[in-house]
Amino acid sequence: MLKIDAEKCIGCGVCEAQCAFGAIEVVAGVAVVNDKCTLCGTCVDNCEVGALAIDAAAQGATVDLAAYAGVWVFAEYRHGALAPVALELLGVGRKIADRKGVSLSAVLLGDGLANQAATLIAHGADTVYQVESPALGNFNDEPYANILEDLIREHKPEIVLAGATAIGRSFIPKVATALGAGLTADCTDLDVGEDGNLLQTRPAFGGNIMATIVCPDTRPQMATVRPLVMKAAAWDGSRTGRVVELDPKHQRLASRVEVLSSVLSDQDRVNLSEANIVVAGGRGLDNEKGFALIRELADLLGGAVAASRAAVDAGWIGYPHQVGQTGKTVAPKVYICCGISGAIQHLVGMRSAETIIAINKDPNAPIFDVATYGVVGDLFEVLPKLIDSLRAQKA
Amino acid sequence: MKIVCCLKQVPDAKNVRLDPKTNTLSREGVQSIMNPYDRHALEEGVRLKEKYGGTVVALSMGPPQAEEMLREAIACGADEAVLVSDRAFAGSDTWATTYTLTMAIKAIDGCDLVLCGKQAIDGDTAQVGPGLAHRLDFAYASYVRKVHSIQDNALLLQRMMDDGYDELKVALPALLTVVKEINEPRVPSLKGKMRAKKAEVRRLDAAAIGADPACLGLAGSPTKVFKVFAPELRGDRTMLAGTVHEQASQLAAILHSLQ
Repeated sequence: MLKIDAEKCIGCGVCEAQCAFGAIEVVAGVAVVNDKCTLCGTCVDNCEVGALAIDAAAQGATVDLAAYAGVWVFAEYRHGALAPVALELLGVGRKIADRKGVSLSAVLLGDGLANQAATLIAHGADTVYQVESPALGNFNDEPYANILEDLIREHKPEIVLAGATAIGRSFIPKVATALGAGLTADCTDLDVGEDGNLLQTRPAFGGNIMATIVCPDTRPQMATVRPLVMKAAAWDGSRTGRVVELDPKHQRLASRVEVLSSVLSDQDRVNLSEANIVVAGGRGLDNEKGFALIRELADLLGGAVAASRAAVDAGWIGYPHQVGQTGKTVAPKVYICCGISGAIQHLVGMRSAETIIAINKDPNAPIFDVATYGVVGDLFEVLPKLIDSLRAQKA
Repeated sequence: MKIVCCLKQVPDAKNVRLDPKTNTLSREGVQSIMNPYDRHALEEGVRLKEKYGGTVVALSMGPPQAEEMLREAIACGADEAVLVSDRAFAGSDTWATTYTLTMAIKAIDGCDLVLCGKQAIDGDTAQVGPGLAHRLDFAYASYVRKVHSIQDNALLLQRMMDDGYDELKVALPALLTVVKEINEPRVPSLKGKMRAKKAEVRRLDAAAIGADPACLGLAGSPTKVFKVFAPELRGDRTMLAGTVHEQASQLAAILHSLQ
């Protein structure tokens, strides 16, 4: 419950103004909370007179916290390759493990795993738990979740990290639910608090606010981590580690879901979430042909093509390219937006990009509010010239 | 076939703007809407009902105001509406939410198929669907973009992946989370709107679903919000001046330095 101290409250209305859920109103000079409150805590942090507090019922640990030690990462492997995020998780996992003075382990599931375990060790893992089975050749939620759940119950890691990919976001919640463990989605920052708990920071409310989440009373502390945010540890062939091959019980490999086929598709493989450079087009492209320019620039830069909802709805490009609230969320090194006005629905999908370059005719377009570099101009004039300059640079 | 569509009422981000000076949310005129992905889940439920027969129950966990959204669901083709609402649910994370929804689904005598949107636009976790499937002991598939058919008590469907797609056969009872590509939601018919006006929205509180208070709301949530803060401001914006040619060469140089 949100507690409001009527004595301290000065009715300034700051809490009312910043509540994303419309849950606080100032009535007769005092803040009043209604049923829409989600206890997110924003108002508590923003109240200058300390009139607000969240009354968290003392819960206490539900498990023996001391029995859990070590950092684990799920090493996603699909269609014969490790997902880049697996190495990024090892990078951040190594840092956390070193700070806590514990070991770092990777869990590798699949079929035909060859030397992948050695790669994981060279990138920072001390131990690799490996399960190789035809039943794991294609991603399947039930066996993947069952095996990870069993391994966690047996070895009791304190922290478990996975990529916030289609695979990680699909099966990790099942594991966390089965274990009664807290799970934080789509983290962009991980740190260790003074009390040793994992501080998991993620964008909330479409990236308009950041929230740091902790799981003080349950173990393991679980998080999915957004691809491309963490730095992979460098390859070190001299590192040594242990590979533990496991043979799970037959029934834990069974599934009520049958994967009839798993198709790699160029149309879908826009790899938006893993591209370092993304070139995006919006309504300002005027028509389908406008995307030829976007593609040309993306190809030249070795980047991926994205689009705003307006361009997708107009049928100029497929939905897998859509970035924003009802599309994908990306965090590339460079995001170039051409003819995108910058509606909040688009911004929430790309505002975490390291550098944002915006090209738009309208100097008042909201996209310039989030841009690192802005060009006010006609994209049909700017882009061809930019493409020429880049070509000249390469030559 | 009994189909439960899980619907969440969320603030409409369309009207949310960030104040670039203070970097805080301005929620002037922000309305509550049905989570856009859930609208596709509801539509898919109604389509499956129309093709294979059965009933569609619109289920929401939320404040009393969510009743409005559930009436809209009836206008869009749901047969029944159930609102699980209790102050004890406030502060629920996805673990407590899946517990509450599971108890609610059991309280309405279960179902054969649960449909959810892939995620809600306020929390963006995508965790409730898979977590709910686990608690119900249902088979599930996330990011479903096409249900081909229901045959031999199983769903044949296509799931979107990061690098392509998977064709799956999912045994019933099952839970699916859907992406917006799956269908084009209908607009409510006049008849539907009339029905929605008269329809009764069933209300269930924590006691009615037989919930253990220790598993509800903030107390029942393993994840706690430690702090909330505004994302860093991009204070370093540079507008490129000059002729088109000059702007383009500056951009090329910037891109070169970033690579």
